[in-house]
Amino acid sequence: MKSLIAVLSTAILSFVAGIFFPWWTVAFAAGLVALLMPQKSFISFLCGFGGVFMLWLGLTIWIDRSNDGLLSARMAQVLPVGGNVVFLHLLTALVGGLIGGLAALSGKHIRSIFSSVAS
Amino acid sequence: MRYFLAILFSALTAGLIFLLDRPLGALPPLGPLLGPQHGFWQNAESKDHDFGGSLSLAGLKGKVDVQLDDRLVPHVFAENDEDLYFVQGYLHARFRLFQIDLQTRAAEGRASEFAGDKAIRFDREQRRLGMRFAAENALAEVEKDPESKLVFDAYTRGVNAYIDGLTQAELPLEYKLLGVQPERWSNIRSALLLKMMARNLSSGTEIDLSLTNAKSVFLPDELKKLYPQVHDSLMPIIPAGTPFPEPGITPVRPANADSILFGKSGLEPVLSGEKHAPDPSNGSNNWVLAGSKTSSGAPILCNDPHLELSLPSIWYEMQLQGPNSNVYGVSLPGSPYVIIGFNDSIAWGVTNSQRDVKDYYRIKFKDDSRTEYWFDGQWRKSKIRIEAIVVKGKGTIYDTVAYTIMGPVMFDASFSDTLAKGENLAVRWTGHDASNEGRTFYQLNRAKNYDEYEAAIQHFACPGQNFVFASKTGDIAIWQQGKFPARWPDQGLYVMPGEDSTFFWQGYIPYAENPHAKNPERGFLESANQRPVDGTYPYFVPGRYITPRGVTIEKKLMAMNSVTVQDVMDLHSDYFNSLAEDVRPILLKYVDRAALSTTERRYLNLFEQWDLLASPDSKGQTIYECWFDSLQSAIWKDDLDRVNPSAPWPEEQTTMEWLSRDSIYMPFIDDRRTDQIETLTELVTNSLKTASVVLQKHEREGKLNWSLFKEPSVNHLLRDALPSFARKKLPVGGNGNIVNAITKSHGPSWRMVVHLTTSTEAYGIYPGGQNGNPGSRFYDDYIDTWVQGKYNKLHLMRRGEESAARWTLTLKPL
Repeated sequence: MKSLIAVLSTAILSFVAGIFFPWWTVAFAAGLVALLMPQKSFISFLCGFGGVFMLWLGLTIWIDRSNDGLLSARMAQVLPVGGNVVFLHLLTALVGGLIGGLAALSGKHIRSIFSSVAS
Repeated sequence: MRYFLAILFSALTAGLIFLLDRPLGALPPLGPLLGPQHGFWQNAESKDHDFGGSLSLAGLKGKVDVQLDDRLVPHVFAENDEDLYFVQGYLHARFRLFQIDLQTRAAEGRASEFAGDKAIRFDREQRRLGMRFAAENALAEVEKDPESKLVFDAYTRGVNAYIDGLTQAELPLEYKLLGVQPERWSNIRSALLLKMMARNLSSGTEIDLSLTNAKSVFLPDELKKLYPQVHDSLMPIIPAGTPFPEPGITPVRPANADSILFGKSGLEPVLSGEKHAPDPSNGSNNWVLAGSKTSSGAPILCNDPHLELSLPSIWYEMQLQGPNSNVYGVSLPGSPYVIIGFNDSIAWGVTNSQRDVKDYYRIKFKDDSRTEYWFDGQWRKSKIRIEAIVVKGKGTIYDTVAYTIMGPVMFDASFSDTLAKGENLAVRWTGHDASNEGRTFYQLNRAKNYDEYEAAIQHFACPGQNFVFASKTGDIAIWQQGKFPARWPDQGLYVMPGEDSTFFWQGYIPYAENPHAKNPERGFLESANQRPVDGTYPYFVPGRYITPRGVTIEKKLMAMNSVTVQDVMDLHSDYFNSLAEDVRPILLKYVDRAALSTTERRYLNLFEQWDLLASPDSKGQTIYECWFDSLQSAIWKDDLDRVNPSAPWPEEQTTMEWLSRDSIYMPFIDDRRTDQIETLTELVTNSLKTASVVLQKHEREGKLNWSLFKEPSVNHLLRDALPSFARKKLPVGGNGNIVNAITKSHGPSWRMVVHLTTSTEAYGIYPGGQNGNPGSRFYDDYIDTWVQGKYNKLHLMRRGEESAARWTLTLKPL
């Protein structure tokens, strides 16, 4: 349950931040969630990864559908995905996921510093 | 330990972001490109995207309505000229920002900012040709005229209003791919855009350098045979027999011209040359029929400029209605005005004049500093211009260009092909002279009759254009308009001495004496890049003319009566190969059938039965091209190879005319590289054999049909870098010599038909789409219509007809 909340808050926070700030703002969103919600290292990574991964994948699928796949077909020939549009979606989500996961790990360990100081 | 992990993971995250935020090898910056809220996904335009709405923009004076129709063509209604051109600039930027930014940077010699070091040679060439210098001179002239300045200023403000409001997500896709940012607009960039057109159309219409090389091997008499000025088969723009007035200026041939040009010292080849010279297939057709020729009794005007085809297209379709104008047609993104189009009273179109308006002079510098040159018996100071070229990822490089009174020294020791000795060649080009071509379009957009058309084109200096005209009052006309030097015979064919002012241009042909015709008896006029006049015109007018299309159009129009709109549309799409009509009997006459293999005979049969149409599925056209190419190579190559580094190839028309004469000029038939004397029969037969090898290869690959052989494409502006943004292998026929002039990369960039009936009936099509965004359904939606030879109906919208629009965009002052 707590993980689900972490995933969802990462996704929502990333989306809102993305409206105002550059693409890498997802790192702050995922990091902040991990900073505020105590979790084990690996779980926090998964939540950060999953939150951004799912947000980005959801967005690309939604955008692609309303565009009739016009641009993704062209871009799949430009980027190293061998012309495969599905891979293009996954590559996008993976980049976001990795940033989110690593940022969440950072958040989790920064939290540990504070919690050890407090205890 | 806790600190360590926190720092480690934070550093990893930051490091990954850092890496993804910049280019990785050949890959663009992946983070900003892939992020779905910022990157390329944001350019994937929803299929029901709303282009309408209401916006407040700083710089507008009043409210402007933009009615966008279902093809995304804007119909702009403004209360004053400033707002009209502000909104034109805004719309050009909204739909074509990357295009105008790239094209004007390239025009100025700044392509390396986008493309890196592979564009340095191109950039140096642009700068050494003096493109910026030319644009500065033009802009000074523009800004002298208050009306023109007002238009340019407003247009610039409009472009910038769009750029300033742009978010990262809205940035055109190409910027995201290249990892670069747009640059704000300024008036000089509009001037540069027009100079780019001037360069494309008037800087590739001379072959002075290679002709100078040819002179080192061929005798003057041979040169005349290889590179004749007037073809026998020419059908000039101005109907033959039209009398010309006595010339207003008679240029004086320098007494020493022959010894300088053809004496021992004049025969040295030059070792320089442009690597990025404009393609000579930048041709065009236009024609106009008087009411006496049409079924309706109203004139019909047609135009199809042939340019390099690209996505986005060079053209952007629009209607501009202001307080004293209402015009529809195509505009050139980057410049104000409608360039080809019609209004309520008239229609006009353009083709290229192909006239030579660029010459080279050999400069003698005092020393390597190039600060002084020898001229009319004394040393003169040159102006030194330092060019700084910013190269993406590589810093700045510098180039020094000396300017003489003739113009910039384009080639010198630091910039030449074969470095052996680096000559100094200054270039004299009418494109450098102060002129305000935009003024022509400002006035044409508002012209109501022949007199106003004639007054409008007086402002047009470079590139020389054939302005075809028709009015609702029934007048038809054509003017070859431009600033053309009055030359003595042979002047400017070869590099001239730069030490002596007697070799300068001595004046210009008075505009009133430029070739023109109005309301001819025969009821039609046409131009298709042919020589404008026959040999009776009193001036020497060299150029790179194209004869066959003019012949086809002239013959077809001559034969037509009660012409309808459909008839002229058919002529736009016409595939008849009139040069092949003349060449075929020669090939068939000389080929030795007995010497052919079964396969070769089969190709010969296909060729013999060919309908002379370059249609997409024609095999005869493919055989003709391969065969005639090999024959030309067999005739000329051994002779031209004697010239170092290279001589121009004689035109196909020249070869055809020589071969069709009874007394074939024999010395060139023999292959100099062999001991025996070859005959024309051997050459024709062997060239079919050579061609058959190529033909067989293509036939095995299933590519014998003309369109499959030719593979016509409309590439993205970044060409090979983005093949998936192109439309390739289009099923269209045609060729540069054919009315439907589609080559591998060039072709009719805008086909327009205007029937000047009371309510104006107009049609147009260009191979592209209104939206430059590759993620839009309007990116290439015209291409299929264009391929089929069909047109869109062009509707000059009136106030009160807004319901015909799909979207309404209302722009208001802030």
